[in-house]
Formats: sequence, structure tokens, C-alpha cells
Amino acid sequence: MFSTIRSRLIVIVLLVIGSFLSLVPRDVTIRERGPDGAMRDVTVKRVPLKRGLDLLGGIHLALEIDESAGPVANPDDALERALTVIRSRVDEFGVAEPLIQRVGADRIVVELAGISEPGRAKAIVERSAFLEWRLTDMDNRFRDQLPAIDRSLVEAGVTAGESAAQPSTLEQLLGADTAGAADSAAGDTTTALDGPGPLTALLFNGSIPGEFLVPEEDYPRADSLIRLDPVQRLVPRGLDLVWASEPISQGARSYRPLYAVERRAMITGEQLQDARATLDQTNNQSIVLFTLTRSGGRRFRQETRQHVGDFMAIMLDGRVFRQPPVLRSEIGRNGQIELGSASLQEAQDLALVLRAGALPAPLEIVEERTVGPSLGRDSIRQGTQAGIIAGVLVIFVMIGYYRMAGILAVLGLAFYALFTIGGLASFGATLTLPGLAGFVLSLGMAVDANVLIFERIREEVKTGKSPRLAVDAGFNNAMPAIIDANVTTVITAAFLFQFGTGPVRGFAVTLIVGIIASLITAVFVTKTFFLIWLQRRSATKELAI
Amino acid sequence: MLRLFDNAQYNVMRHWRAAVIVTSVFVIPGLALFGVHGLNTSIEFTGGTLIQVHANDPAINTAGIRAALGAAGITGAEIQTFGAPDEFVIRARLDPRSEQTDATTQETRDAVRDALNGAFSPEAFEVDRAEAVSPKVSGELRERATLALLLGLGATFLVLWFRYEWRFGLAAVIATVHDVIATVAFVSYLNLEISLVVVAALLTLIGYSLNDTIVTFDRVRENVKRSKRQDYFYDILNRSINETLPRTVLTSGTTLSAVLALLILGGSVIRPFAWVMAFGIVVGTFSSIFIASPVLLWVERRWPSEDVKVVKGAGMSAPAPA
Repeated sequence: MFSTIRSRLIVIVLLVIGSFLSLVPRDVTIRERGPDGAMRDVTVKRVPLKRGLDLLGGIHLALEIDESAGPVANPDDALERALTVIRSRVDEFGVAEPLIQRVGADRIVVELAGISEPGRAKAIVERSAFLEWRLTDMDNRFRDQLPAIDRSLVEAGVTAGESAAQPSTLEQLLGADTAGAADSAAGDTTTALDGPGPLTALLFNGSIPGEFLVPEEDYPRADSLIRLDPVQRLVPRGLDLVWASEPISQGARSYRPLYAVERRAMITGEQLQDARATLDQTNNQSIVLFTLTRSGGRRFRQETRQHVGDFMAIMLDGRVFRQPPVLRSEIGRNGQIELGSASLQEAQDLALVLRAGALPAPLEIVEERTVGPSLGRDSIRQGTQAGIIAGVLVIFVMIGYYRMAGILAVLGLAFYALFTIGGLASFGATLTLPGLAGFVLSLGMAVDANVLIFERIREEVKTGKSPRLAVDAGFNNAMPAIIDANVTTVITAAFLFQFGTGPVRGFAVTLIVGIIASLITAVFVTKTFFLIWLQRRSATKELAI
Repeated sequence: MLRLFDNAQYNVMRHWRAAVIVTSVFVIPGLALFGVHGLNTSIEFTGGTLIQVHANDPAINTAGIRAALGAAGITGAEIQTFGAPDEFVIRARLDPRSEQTDATTQETRDAVRDALNGAFSPEAFEVDRAEAVSPKVSGELRERATLALLLGLGATFLVLWFRYEWRFGLAAVIATVHDVIATVAFVSYLNLEISLVVVAALLTLIGYSLNDTIVTFDRVRENVKRSKRQDYFYDILNRSINETLPRTVLTSGTTLSAVLALLILGGSVIRPFAWVMAFGIVVGTFSSIFIASPVLLWVERRWPSEDVKVVKGAGMSAPAPA
């Protein structure tokens, strides 16, 4: 079929054109932040070779549903909805070409390239953003219950320990059970008999009903105490104990407010229609203005009308935001959340996650990889350098050893490089650092097929065959070994692709494409060059191989 | 005209005892070392956190970072320079058997970052890389890496079985397993960190080393077909090794020079990969010359094949070729 040189040349030209075409910048639709700040689809032309996160810099997150706080009813559905929420959040955050996809049964992978503030991006993806408004314990039912709680704590062997009972920061850091640390103070029973109860000793009265202040240094201990069973059992029905999101300072000391709030929410973020961040001109505070849906507004008006004069806590992800304000009058669809000292950017991030909606279930990050942009740049530079040197070495060896035939092989190598890059582009493969390494490695391997063939030709020449016959026999006899040897490499690379993660997969793809390209080059392109060479020289001359 | 190993007539097979000794001397202490220290696996496989910091301020050093972490209550973290004197890697590995929760991995990472921010000015350093892998994910990655290695070996064995007869396949697999074990010993001498990329290098090495062996065995198969009745299998093996020697050396040479370029110039992130590949190429070449064929002879003597008549009478003590 490809017997004549002319038909062989046509195939080679077609392959070259195909490779070039796959590298021609194509129209790609990407989402970009426009001049007005909104995300929109833009069509740009670009070379269809993506760079991986390890070269570009960026953040890779793997998230799973966090069931530590309680089982999630329908994890599959929750994950699917979480995907939508994260997508719209990332969209609003303004990352070009994010990758957000479900991997396996229980995982979401988010890849954001070129991010300069990984911490912020992470918070935006991970935050549950579950917003609710709840009334505080107006009747002081929790405070009245405190003596009983203290008694049951003492019965359980917990005493009003000194600060010494606090766990060290390291233990908290590494997740040591702080309740266990509280229990360890139990041995010291003598001091507790006449003193105040274990919990009461840590609490100071706040300024509104249902508010208590805990010195910041006692916060871990108090937190572990209220998680204990005797306390949870005795908290009055319909109430929850909820910490404030931030400590407040009074004088020189810093306190963490604890709130007793009603379990029932007056309204939740599901009824939220819009949220915007702004700066309050009068006191320079960041605030988030929100608008509820029509039905949500109606319900909120009804609820707030019944509770004028009461205090209403704004809770986000199970924490109370700022001191609960008093309801001076009924509130309809519009309201605001005051953020105090928070920066406008923080307010904007909060408004963003509120607008995009709450996650249906809390998510936890099970894997995180961040690569700084400078490391990626270095990697590209060093990888390219190594590739060039490797290429030069290979060219030197081939021409030095095989002379004219070596020049043909090197020419073939140029085609090999073109086919590999073209192949990678047409598969839409992602270029990673191990991928670059794979390319350099396959440069060395690409000459292997040539070496096999050339050695065969030399052997055939030695047996006294004419150049033309020797070339034919050399190519034919080398084929089984070339195929068998490359099949095993392709198979191991396929397993790497199957079981590998991002960068390693890039390596596997480069290796597979490189091997296929080297096969085409060696058995087809280089052979054609040989045929042309044989045709142009006198038939009797010795073969320069 | 340059000719390497042209018309070589080495009696390679005779040196099988020496090859076994060389291999044992290299591998056994390496494996013993590995037994004592265990493998230096990356946080991908143990779970934990890693932060790579590039210091712009020469005053920042390992001791300074340790002090900063210590002041924040983080002790026991592993701090090393990485590739260059101003690059530091801070690792906090999790013990895979402990009951660490996923949340603490993240918290540790954040705490390390906070500690650095507290101790040094923002301009003094930049975070080049940060990774946090929870025990659940690291367990999965361990499993996948093991599966990839085992299935990769198994699948290549199947291909060899299909393309050749099983004796060749078995000998090739034994030679390859030898290469993998020798490389593990090498990794243990250098105390290289085993990451996913290093496992990828190991798998590539399997493919590459088989490549060498297959070319030799392919020649063996061809020579067996051509052989006369009185030929010894021992001699056929020797002849096949010698005939493929120029190719083996040249291919290994070019591939090795490409990998050396990667090792020297490729940067610190890719260096472990390049080390494993470089050693793998050397040991793969060694084994395809000195290990694979003697093993094939041993297999043929143990389970003589019916169809290859020439094999009968093959022995380790056969005369050297004239």
C-alpha cells in the first residue's frame, strides 16, 4: 500500500499537517471576569495544550461530606447539590477555567489554577454558609438550670479546675481529646466542695439575656465541658448552646461569648435572595445587606412582629455572628449583618457564599495541594533545559555512531517530537512536570527503535546483502522486537494512568503518546528517508551506517 | 566507522555466579537497611502535611524555622533543606496506625503556616508548595500504588506468556523482579523519599527493563529456530547476548544520558524520579545481560521444553563457543 516513495511521502506530509493543525490556536470558551466585575463567557484563541497545576501554580482540593457532626441523609444527592453550589461560588470568586468535578462515589475535586491567595479560595469552597436567625434564651431558662448542671458535673467527677487543667496548645493542635484533659483534673476533689460549680466558675453574665462571657483562655475547657453528656442532657428542651465566631475584648481581657439560643430558627438562608457587602459610612464597619425572597420576607415579618424587644442571633455555620441585636420593630425582606472589624474583602466573601447558597452538608478537605507560581515557573525552565540538553546528547551520539543513517534518525527524531506534541494537543492532555520528564525520557527511548533497526542492517550488510536488501531485511527483522518491547512499556504506562493521580497521569499519557509516535517515526518515517537515500546514491557504494 | 562490541564473543553466561554475587552484595545490605529504617515514604502515603518554603532572607535557616514552630507549640516536625540552601521542606507525617482525624491534618498545616507568619515578615519567605493529605486519602493512594505495581507486573507477564512461551516469560519476570528489588535497595541507600512519582518511575522501569530483556530473548527465539540439532542452548544464549550487545549498550547510553540531563538540570522536584530512572536503566541493562539469560537456562533445565529439541543437553558446564 505504501510501497512507493511518493505515497509514503504523502502520508508523512499528512501526519505533519495533522500535527501542526492540532497545535494551531483554537477557539476556546473560557469564563473571565469582565470589566464590570461580572463573570462572562469569552472566546479566545489559544494553543490547546493545558499546563497542569504543578507548572501553573494553583490549588487542588479534594472534598468529602463531613459526617462527624451527624450522618447525612442522602449523601449522593447532597454531594451533587454541593457541586452546584461550589461551582457558582467559584464562578463568583472569578477564577478562570476552574475544574470542579465529582470523582468516585463520595468526592469532589476542585482545581483552581493561578490562584495567589490559596487560603481565601479554600475558605470560599469549604464554608458551609448555613445562615439562620434564632432568638436568644429570653426567659433565662438555661441560667436557671446552671446549678443543676454543676451538680451533675460534680457527680460525674468534674471539678472547677484551675487554668492548669487546660490542655496545651499542642494537644489541641493535634486533636487530643480536650474532654479527657478536663477529666484528668478530677483527681483533685478537695478544692471543689465549697467553690462554685465547674461550669459556672467559667461563666460571666453577659449584657443581654442568654449571653455568657468566658475568658478566652478558658474557652477550650468550657467548650469541652458543655459537650459532656451531663450538660447536654440538662440543657433545657428547645435550647442550644452556641459560641460566638470571634472573641470580644472588654478592657484588657478578651472573652468568648456563649449564647443560649432557641433551637428553632425563625428563618434560614434558604429564603435568602441576595446579599451585598458594603461599608457603613457612619462607623466604617463592614456590613452585608441581604434581601429575602417574597415568601421569606412575609414569614420573617410575621416572626419578628411577635418578638419586638427580643434579641435575635444571626448564626452562620453554627456560630453566632457579633452580639445579637434587639428587634426594635418588625423586619421585612431587607436586613443587614454587621461584621465589625472585618475587612470589606471578608464581607464580600461572606456575601458571595451567602448568594451562592449554603452547602447541603458540611464538607471537609481530605487532600490539599498548593503550588506557588514561582515553583511552577522554575519547573518549566529546568524541565525545558534538561530536555534540550538531552536532545543534544542523543543527536550527538546518533550521528557520531551511525553517521549518515544517524542524521536520518535525528531527522526522524524531529518528526517524533512534532508528532508527540501534536498527539498530546489533540488528546487535550495536560502537561505536568512528570509529563515533561516523561517526554525527556521518551527522547532517549525513541532512538531505541532506530538503534534496533540500524544494528540489524549492519548485520545484514555483513552477510553480504546489497544495501537495498539489507535495509529491507533490517527493518523487517527488527519489527517483532520493537513491537514486543514497546507493548510492555505501554501496558505499564496504562496501569499508571489507571491508578495514578494528576501529575502521574500526565506522565503516563506523555509516555504512551511518545511511544506510539516513536513507533510511527521509526518504522515509517525513517524508513522512507532510507528509501530516498538509497535511491539517490549509486547502488554499489558502501552503506554509511 | 565507529563500532562498539562488533563481533563480540564474550562468554557472558560463564559469569552467572559473579552476577549473583554482585547482586547479592548490593541488594542484601540495602534491604537490611530498609528493614531497619523502613521506607521513607512521602506524606502522600503516610498522610500528614508538607510545606515547602522559599526563604528570601538568608537569616532564615532550619534552626530558625524550628524555633518559630516550637514557639507556636509545634514540635517533632521534620525540617530539611530541599535542593537549594534557601529551600526548606517542613513535614509533619501522621502515623498511619494512629487515630488521627482528617481535620487535624488541615489544622496542622494551617498552624505551621501561622507560626511562620508570626515569626517572619511576609517578604522574608514564600510558600512554594503546601500539601495536606488525610489518612483516608493516603490509605487509598497506598492501595492504588501497590495495585498499579502488582497489576503492571502481572499484565506484562501475561503479554510475555502470550507472545512467547511461559519459560521465557518467567525468566523475564524474574529478571524484572530482580531490577525492582535492586532499585528498592538503591532507594534505601540514598534514603530517597518514596512518592507517587517515584512509584511511577518504578513502573516505567519495569517496562524499560523488560524492553531490554525482550530484545535479547527475541534474538534467542530467532536463533533457536535457526539452530542445528547439535547446538547447545547455552551457546545460543551466549550468541544472542553478544549479537544484541551493541544495541543494548547504545540504547541504554542514550536513555541514560537523557535521564542524567534530567537528574542534573531538572530541578529538585523531579530529582527523586530521575535518580530511580538512572539507576533503573543501569540495573536493567545489567540484568538483561547477566541475569535474564542464566535464569532462562535454569528454567529450561528444570522444565525442559518438548518443542525446542536443542535445549536437551544444555548445561551450565557447556563448552565456551569457539
